[in-house]
Amino acid sequence: MDVKVKEGIIEILKDVTGLDDVGTNADEDLFADGILDSMATVEVLVALQDKFDIQVPVSEFDRSQWSTVNKIADRVGELEE
Amino acid sequence: MHNITPYSSPTYFIYLILLLLPIMIGLYNGKRFRVYETIATVIILITAFFGGNMSQGISLICYILLEMVLVLSYLRYRTKENSKNSFWIFFWAVILAIIPLVFVKLDPLINNATISLFAFMGISYLTFKSVEMIMEIRDGAIKEVKPWEFIRFLLFFPTITSGPIDRFRRFQKDVLKVPSREDYLKLLKSGTNRLMLGFLYKFIIGYVFGTLLLPKVQILAMSYRGQAPLDLSWWVLAYMYVYSMYLFFDFAGYSLFAVGISNFLGVKTPMNFNRPFQSHNIKDFWNRWHMTLSFWFRDFIYMRLMFFMMKKKLIKSRITMANIGYLALFLIMGFWHGETWFYIVYGLFHAGAMITNDAWLRFKKKHRKAIPHNKLTEGFAIFLTFNIVCFSFLIFSGFLNTLWFN
Repeated sequence: MDVKVKEGIIEILKDVTGLDDVGTNADEDLFADGILDSMATVEVLVALQDKFDIQVPVSEFDRSQWSTVNKIADRVGELEE
Repeated sequence: MHNITPYSSPTYFIYLILLLLPIMIGLYNGKRFRVYETIATVIILITAFFGGNMSQGISLICYILLEMVLVLSYLRYRTKENSKNSFWIFFWAVILAIIPLVFVKLDPLINNATISLFAFMGISYLTFKSVEMIMEIRDGAIKEVKPWEFIRFLLFFPTITSGPIDRFRRFQKDVLKVPSREDYLKLLKSGTNRLMLGFLYKFIIGYVFGTLLLPKVQILAMSYRGQAPLDLSWWVLAYMYVYSMYLFFDFAGYSLFAVGISNFLGVKTPMNFNRPFQSHNIKDFWNRWHMTLSFWFRDFIYMRLMFFMMKKKLIKSRITMANIGYLALFLIMGFWHGETWFYIVYGLFHAGAMITNDAWLRFKKKHRKAIPHNKLTEGFAIFLTFNIVCFSFLIFSGFLNTLWFN
């Protein structure tokens, strides 16, 4: 998988949450651990749209599909195609 | 004859299971008897809506036809080549979809007249489903709906009167396939467990709190009026806890029935409750209490409003934006419950609780090292959340209205 995409995602997550250690474990569940809430999610989605030039309709946002850095990277990959 | 509320008595289940038996035998053998499913649905809807005078049933039919025309027309507009995806067409589609519900909710405010076109049990839950479809059609997530599929989704009888609120695409995945025998056996097992737990919740624990205790505590609380500031005697506190227990066990029991019966039909209707009284804070609580409703509000009101405000850069501060979102969400939820002061105050109270909770979480994040975290603080957090929630249910119950103004 594209390392740059993952780095970009971690960058955004750090920006939004203000936590420096986000993404150390790319399989950490961001919702279960309270790192992301609805508001932060929307910020991440908007930032992803700008950074990767993709469109993520809110309907396509299913928490279980976007819950880890790895999963977000997969979704971004799908939407970029 | 009168209308039979689904799941209202243990006998209902005997007839229901007998009626569903052919469907279950079919699924066990890898077949879905679609015609029989339709017949069973019609029988259950007749007992629920056409038992007394026919007005509920006729309202239901008119309502379904109206929503179907609306959703399918909007779908046609959106799937047309070069569809403009105009905001205003979307806006009016949503308004038209909720107008019948708005009229039903406004009706009690008007004396001796009715503006409700269609009033029937469960109109809220069907409206949530229709609006969900319109929103996902706008996003292009739902691309195809046949009239028959729309009707089957809205009229799925296990959840028709009070949810849980399923989503169209999730529901379709289940009804379009037949589960493998192994999966179906698992569903039968989980469905049976849920029914049993539901019996315990609704017919035993809920009965004790709601039918045996609640009226007594209410009489006592009323008889101590004038003996405490604002009439708030200790019995009001007892009422608060008894009512909260009743509310949970009655509704969670009902929801277990709805999910259990769905499982028998090979449908994995989402759960509504996940140990809400063990929540660590109020945000956690809304992820565990009446989940399909709170997730609906989260996905279709809160997140969309945030998205809109952020894209249009209406407000700079993300904290202010989140707080406006909470106020909007919980006020709408309050108005949805009914047009009385106590439902509105209930909404405002929860918005306030969410805003306070967010502020506390920010403070905690900043001073992470200075704030202790152990079993004791966790226990205190659960205790505090439980009491705040129970207090909100006291407001919600309307008992304060009886206590002060009747």
